[in-house]
Amino acid sequence: MTLVRTPTIALVGNPNTGKTTLFNALAGMRQRVGNYPGVTVEIKKGKLRHGDQTFEIIDLPGTYSLAPRSPDELLAVELVLGRRPGDSRPDAVVTIVDASNLDRNLFLTTQVMELGVPVIVALNMMDVAAAQGLAIDVERLSRNLGVPVAPLQANKGKGIEELKEAISQTLENPVSPPTGPEFPEAFEREVAGLCAILGDDVSPFLVRRLLLDVGGQMERFLGERSGARVQDHVRAARKRLNEAGCPVPGIEARIRYGWIRRATADCLRRPQVRPVAWTDRLDRILTHKVWGSAVFLAIMFIVFEAIFFWARPLMDLIGAGQGSVGAWIEDSMTAGPLRSLLANGVIRGVGNVLAFVPQILILFAFIAILEDCGYMARAAYLMDRIMARCGLNGKSFIPLLSSVACAVPGIMAARVIENRRDRLATILVAPLMSCSARLPVYLLLVGAFLSPEHGFPVWVPGLTLFGMYAIGFILAPLIALCLKRSLLRGETPVFVMEMPLYKVPSVRLVLHRALESGWMFVRRAGTIILATMILVWALLYFPANGPSGSYEAQIEALNVRINALESSGATDKATLVELKQSIKRTRSEWLGRSCLGRIGKALEPAVTPLGWDWRIGMSALASFPAREVMVGTLGLVFSQGSGDSQDAEFRAELGHTLRQAVRESAPSEPLFTVPVALSVMVFFALCCQCASTLAVIRRETNSWIWPGFTFTYMTALAYLGAWATYQVGTLLGG
Amino acid sequence: MNMPTLDQLQQGQTAQVTTLRGDDALAQRLMEMGLLEGEKLEVLGFAPFGDPMEIRLQDFRLSLRRAEAARVSVVLL
Repeated sequence: MTLVRTPTIALVGNPNTGKTTLFNALAGMRQRVGNYPGVTVEIKKGKLRHGDQTFEIIDLPGTYSLAPRSPDELLAVELVLGRRPGDSRPDAVVTIVDASNLDRNLFLTTQVMELGVPVIVALNMMDVAAAQGLAIDVERLSRNLGVPVAPLQANKGKGIEELKEAISQTLENPVSPPTGPEFPEAFEREVAGLCAILGDDVSPFLVRRLLLDVGGQMERFLGERSGARVQDHVRAARKRLNEAGCPVPGIEARIRYGWIRRATADCLRRPQVRPVAWTDRLDRILTHKVWGSAVFLAIMFIVFEAIFFWARPLMDLIGAGQGSVGAWIEDSMTAGPLRSLLANGVIRGVGNVLAFVPQILILFAFIAILEDCGYMARAAYLMDRIMARCGLNGKSFIPLLSSVACAVPGIMAARVIENRRDRLATILVAPLMSCSARLPVYLLLVGAFLSPEHGFPVWVPGLTLFGMYAIGFILAPLIALCLKRSLLRGETPVFVMEMPLYKVPSVRLVLHRALESGWMFVRRAGTIILATMILVWALLYFPANGPSGSYEAQIEALNVRINALESSGATDKATLVELKQSIKRTRSEWLGRSCLGRIGKALEPAVTPLGWDWRIGMSALASFPAREVMVGTLGLVFSQGSGDSQDAEFRAELGHTLRQAVRESAPSEPLFTVPVALSVMVFFALCCQCASTLAVIRRETNSWIWPGFTFTYMTALAYLGAWATYQVGTLLGG
Repeated sequence: MNMPTLDQLQQGQTAQVTTLRGDDALAQRLMEMGLLEGEKLEVLGFAPFGDPMEIRLQDFRLSLRRAEAARVSVVLL
C-alpha cells in the first residue's frame, strides 16, 4: 500500500497512566517538541515505525477531560480536531487507559469518541489491575466500547508490538468512528441551534464544549471573537436545558459515567473485599501529619544538598576545562580582539552555559524520580496549606526550594504546576530566592566588613548571611501574593488532584527526563546566554587603545618581562612586584576607559543615593549577565587582579583591598562603610543579575514579556532595597 | 436535618454523595473525576494544618481542599 502522506496518530490519556513511557516506547529517541506561540505546554512529536510503515505520533499533555479551560488545553483539543494550520488532523487517536482505574479513565475516552476519528484504547497497567484483584475481559470490553482495545504493560515493554499492529490495522481499514454515549435529544437540538448561529468555522465538537463548559475557554474565546450576542444564546440554551432536566455541566458526567458503567458491567470483575495495597500502607506514613512532614523535609533536604553540593565537582570540572581551554587559546594565539573574544567572550560564555547543566541534570533526575514513583502528588498535598497562603499551591514548593540552589532549574521545575497563573507566579518570584551564585558576593562583603576581626560580635556574620537569605524567603511569597491579586488575578485554581499509586520509578524514564532537560536548556537558553556574555565582553574590551597604545600589548609586554625575570632566576623581588602592580594598574585603567566603564561613570549620579561610586556601579553593571562575575570585576576595578569567586584566599585578599579603597572625590573617606557593604548585598539579593534566568523564563513562558517584567520589577526592587538599606544604615550608624 | 458536607467528615468515615453545588470549573472537574450523586467515598485523612483532605473514590485516591469539599453534601454510611 502506498500512502500519499504520513498518517498521524494522537496519543491522549489521563496523567499517571504511563503515557510518557508509552510515547517513548512508540517513538523511541526520534522526538521533537512542537513550537506553538503563546502556549506554555510542550507538545512532543515523534515518528513511529512499524514494519515498512511510518506514522507521525503526537503526544498531548496528560488530561482528565477534553473540556478546554485554558489556551494550553484549547490548543491540545484543536490539535486532535485538526484545526491548527500546519498540523494535519489525526487519522486515529490512541487513548491510554489505566486498567486499575477503568471507569474514570474511560471518561476521557468517551469524549475522544466524539471527535469522529477511529479510536484505539491502549489498556495499560494490566499487572497493577491484576494485583488489585481486578479481572478484565478485554475482548468483551472492546465489543462493548465499539473500539479496538490493546492490553499493555508499557513499563515492561509488553504489548507494544500488538498495539502497533492494532494502530496499523485501524489505519489500513478505516473503521467507522465509534458512536459512544448518546446525549438527550434536547441537548442535540441546542447544539444544532448554536451551530447554525456560529457557522461552519466552529466544529460541532467545540460547540458542544461551548455549551457544556461553564466559564470555559470556548466561552472566553468566542466571547472575545463574536461578542456578547453568542454568550446570550449560550446562556439561554443552558437555561432551557436546565428546565428540561439536563443541567449543564452535570449532564455530561452523568451520561458518560452511566454509559461507562453499562459498558464495563459484564467485563470488569472487582474483588469482594478490596485488598490493602502497599500504596495504602505507605500512604499511612507518607501523608501522615507528623511522619509525612518529617519524611518530606528529609527528602527536600537531600534534593537541596544534591543540587548544592553534588553538582559542585562537576561544575568545578567545567570551570577547570573552561580555564584550560582559555589558557590554551591565550598561549596559541597572538594578542588581539579575536583572541580576547574567544578566550573571554566565547569560552567564558560556553562555560557559563555548561556550568548550569549539572544542577539541571540532578534536579530533574530527582523530580523525575519523585513524579514517576508517585510521591510528587503527596509533596504537593503536604505543602498545599502553606503555599495557599501566598496564593500558590503545593506544587510551587519544589521549584521555589530548588531556586535557593539555582533559579534556572527551579524555573524549569515549575512545569509540574498545571495551572498557568500559578506556574507564572512561581516562575516570576523564583529568581528572588537567594541562589548559590549570590553567596560569594555575600561572603566577600561579610568577611571584609562585618567579621569579628573588625570588632563585630561573633554572631553578626551569620545573622547577616541569614538576613540575606531571609529577604528572598519573605519577599518571594509576598510578591507572588501581589501578582496573584493583580496581574495574574483569576478564579482560584482547582486543586483537586489524584494521588497516584506508588511504583518503582523507571530508570530509563528518569535518565531520559534529566538528559532532555539539560539538552533543552543548552539549546534554547544557551544561545541567549552566550550572546549576552559576548556583548558584555565587547563593552569591556572596547576601546582597546589607551593614550599609550593598545592595553593588551602593554599587558603582554609586561608579562614577557615578568616571565623573562622569573626564568632567569633573578632575585630582584621589588622589580617583579612593581611589574605585577603595573599590570593591575593597566587593567584597571583599561576598565575605566572601556564602554562599560564610561557607562558606569555616566550612571554615577544614579548610584550615589545607594552609597556607591562609579566603580561599584560598574561592577554591578558588569554582573548583570551573571552575578558571580561581581567578585572578579571588583578585583579588576580595584586593581587586585582577576581571580575566582569560589577561591576563599582570593576573596580574603580582595576584602582587604576593598577596606583600603577610598572615595575618589574625598581620599580621606573610605569607600566601603558597613551601610555601603549592606546596600551592595541587598542589591544582589534582589536583583535579577542572571541572563540565564531571563533566558529560561523566556523559554518557559514562550514570550519576551515575562523576562522583561521580571527584570524590571527585580531591578526596581533591588534599587529601592539598596537605597533604603544605605539611607537607614547611614542614619543609624551616624 | 442539615446534611453534612464532605469537609466536615472525620478521618475513616464513609459517606455517599447527595449533591454537588455549582456549575463552575471546580464542580465540572469533580464530576469528571466521578464525584457524582450516589457515589460512595471514604475520608482517608487530612494534611498538616488540616487542609487539604484525601478521599478514596471508586478505585483511586483524590485530594482536594476543604473549601472545595464544602461544595459536596453527603450522607454518612
